[in-house]
Amino acid sequence: MNPANPSETAAVESALRRLGEPAQTGSVGDSATRSAAVAARLLDRIAAEGLADVGYDTVDSPFGPLLAASTRRGLVRLAFPEEDVDSVLEGLSRRLSPRIVESPAAFDPVRRELEQYFDGLRRRFELPLDWSLIGPFGRRVLRATAAIPYGGHLSYGEVAAEAGSPRGSRAAGNALGSNPIPIVIPCHRVLRTGGALGGYGGGLERKRWLLELEGALQAPPG
Amino acid sequence: MSHRLPPFQRFLDGHRDEVWRFLVSSVGPTEAEDCFQETFISALSAYPRLRADSNLRAWVLTIAHRKAIDCHRARARRALPVAEPDGPDPHPHHSAAERDEQLWDAVGALPTRQRAAVVLRFVADLPHREIAVAIGCSEEAARRSLHEGLLKLRKAVPA
Repeated sequence: MNPANPSETAAVESALRRLGEPAQTGSVGDSATRSAAVAARLLDRIAAEGLADVGYDTVDSPFGPLLAASTRRGLVRLAFPEEDVDSVLEGLSRRLSPRIVESPAAFDPVRRELEQYFDGLRRRFELPLDWSLIGPFGRRVLRATAAIPYGGHLSYGEVAAEAGSPRGSRAAGNALGSNPIPIVIPCHRVLRTGGALGGYGGGLERKRWLLELEGALQAPPG
Repeated sequence: MSHRLPPFQRFLDGHRDEVWRFLVSSVGPTEAEDCFQETFISALSAYPRLRADSNLRAWVLTIAHRKAIDCHRARARRALPVAEPDGPDPHPHHSAAERDEQLWDAVGALPTRQRAAVVLRFVADLPHREIAVAIGCSEEAARRSLHEGLLKLRKAVPA
């Protein structure tokens, strides 16, 4: 059944369509501003009632803003500033849950421990961690890595041996390179045999900076 | 590349404004916030089970429509959906923004089913079949509600 006379309502239809266009958001008073404020209160409620599976926010660091994400279990991801936020969120959405929202208040403990660490006032992190982005071999490697004390370091081969794969130093290097929670799981404490820096997901400059902060590098490596 | 659901935050960022406007025109500014929260809390709860190729905009506006109906039912009598104007308009020429406001007010004054049909058709761009599903009636009844709603709007808002 079609309207008897479509032209009667054509003007209203086109006006309605125009209202529906996203670019038109400023047209009804300050609705965009209002909806932002309302959405912020919605996020407070989601956080207070624990309704999301993953929360995220940025936290400051000497390297610039880090993107931090956590689940109900704990911190699950820490991303360096040059990582694309949307790609990180899409990866978390795919691998953990699409129920992922901004939740600034949840990251106060993360902020505090990182700040103390970067100020040289904290030698070990006590944050609960969620290891679910890390596969079985990676877990063995990163648990061995997490056991390296502040100021110390191991070689790739030593970490592989600790993880139960004495000949797996290349595989251990890959597992370290895909560490989803750098700094907190201190993959920067794994060096080449002989003391060369090796690799680092966040760039070698940062690896050197972290090792110097911890007093693990006596002299700048040649 | 396969379709994937966007992270919920992106979905919220992308649709919060149209859901807000839909609810303000449906239940008025005072109760729109409760409906807005209920809409997105329901959406968050169902979100992981949603098919990735779903029309997210239609889906969330369908939820918002249901929350608006709940809100109407919760009230014995519905108050005016929008604030009273301050007084006689000193300017005979309405700006585009004022005409938009006037149109939203007229949409807000439509009976529930006509309002839903109009908004879902022209704001959410749903086909008649999906409008029928969203408001729970036959496709023919949805077309009829839409047509009746449009005729009322045309009378209320002269071009």
